[in-house]
Amino acid sequence: MPGRTKKDEPTAQDTNMEDAPPSAQPEAEEVDTEDQEEVQEEEEIEPQRVRILPGSTDTAASFEFVDEGHTVGNALRYIIMKNPDVEFCAYSIPHPSEPKMNLRIQTYDGLAVDALKKGLADLQDICDVVTDEFTTKKDQFNAEHGIVR
Amino acid sequence: MAPSTKAQWAQPPSKEELERRNTVNINKETVTNTVSTDFPGHFPGEDHAFSIDRFQSGFDITFHQNDQFHASFSLVGIDASLANAFRRILIAEIPTLAIENVFITNNTSVIQDEVLAHRLGLIPFKGGREGLRNFLRFKKGEDAQDYDTVQLDLNVTCTVNTDASPNETDPLKAYHNAHVYAKDITFTPQGRQEQYFSGEDAIVPVNPDILIAKMRPRQTIELSMYMNLGVGSDHSKFSPVATASYRLMPTIKITKPIIGADAQKFANCFPEGVIGLEKVSKKEAGQRGSGYEGHAGELKAVVVDPMRDTVSRECLRHEEFEGKVQLGRRRDHFIFSVESTGQWDSDELFLEAVKKLKQKCKKLEDQVDNMVR
Repeated sequence: MPGRTKKDEPTAQDTNMEDAPPSAQPEAEEVDTEDQEEVQEEEEIEPQRVRILPGSTDTAASFEFVDEGHTVGNALRYIIMKNPDVEFCAYSIPHPSEPKMNLRIQTYDGLAVDALKKGLADLQDICDVVTDEFTTKKDQFNAEHGIVR
Repeated sequence: MAPSTKAQWAQPPSKEELERRNTVNINKETVTNTVSTDFPGHFPGEDHAFSIDRFQSGFDITFHQNDQFHASFSLVGIDASLANAFRRILIAEIPTLAIENVFITNNTSVIQDEVLAHRLGLIPFKGGREGLRNFLRFKKGEDAQDYDTVQLDLNVTCTVNTDASPNETDPLKAYHNAHVYAKDITFTPQGRQEQYFSGEDAIVPVNPDILIAKMRPRQTIELSMYMNLGVGSDHSKFSPVATASYRLMPTIKITKPIIGADAQKFANCFPEGVIGLEKVSKKEAGQRGSGYEGHAGELKAVVVDPMRDTVSRECLRHEEFEGKVQLGRRRDHFIFSVESTGQWDSDELFLEAVKKLKQKCKKLEDQVDNMVR
């Protein structure tokens, strides 16, 4: 069905606890000498800016985004609400002096995280469509009016 | 189970119904039907699920104007939340180069150091595109590098013009450098900046005639400035746009005929070119129930160009038009106006904003993948 949340394939085998990383973050390469660490710092490791708030379940979760605001919040809320598997979606900025944005997703069916992922993917698709349309219409207009830049 | 499972009895919404849903009503004292309803589950039996093909087929852009520093275009078939995201990114998240630090060695003019520094910060600059977009980076740490800091200088002293007549009262003629303008700022390329910012691509003020200070003989300003990349959310001097705004497309629906002197009065309620006057044709006058019976040859009001309307609601104040006109705005038609300060071209700016939103989503997608669950 179009527009439905993509479901993650269930993982086939169990992971040995020793092998399991504490997070799904790619494991840092094993370089621990101090001067090499400085070089790594320059390469900009993005700090984790998204987390699930406590009290969340699989189908009803709240996410906290650091350093995001209404720009992404409202766009994401709209696109997630367009997902038929989603029962409820809303965002809020709890306090204006904290750079945080909270997003609540409750689903009928499927994981809340998957709805969030689909929302982010759909927004990127929209951006591509808008860029293509804008470029063609701009070129067309420029050709018609003899605008050369 | 999701309630959007298609019911067999559902009728697809009629054209009129779709138009009704897409119109924000503007009444005499109120606005109604202001909220988007295009969500799954809102209307029983209708499928409003997002699909990129559906979005693509409903989406359209029309250009109205595309000057270098002022572009105007319509986005049709997009939700306010997305149009607003583009607008917000245009204002606050596209990086530009502006003066960040001013080192004042000498300032004997009447304008105070901190006021002068603030004025300098607000001057928009332009320069080589390649250098600004790809070479320069955000400044991190204390040390200045050629790829993150641009140096400018301003050294002017006001002197008496000995050639001028002793009775000259115009300071611009009686003195040299009585006015300090943006064009007096000099740029010194550092390191690799030579490659990117030389000749036509030099870092210069967009408008050379911005007045910075006024001086009198023996007053002097001697300072150096350091420019960095920044974003508008930090300080509006970094905003690449003077204005980036949208308005919704106005709609005017004449529901009952407005004829004769009333038609002229009606047209006067709107900006020029919005309402036109046409003669009532014989055919219309002959039609029963049209409201034009027996008015053949008289003038009637017709909507010519609703885009030029400012939605002043003037026409709703007059009794004679009561019940004859319905004003509104199209919910999904955004008329954008992007005015650049000069560092970017306006059309380029919008594309950059779309790119930026995509980038943000991509980054968040990775963040969600890395999230500890």
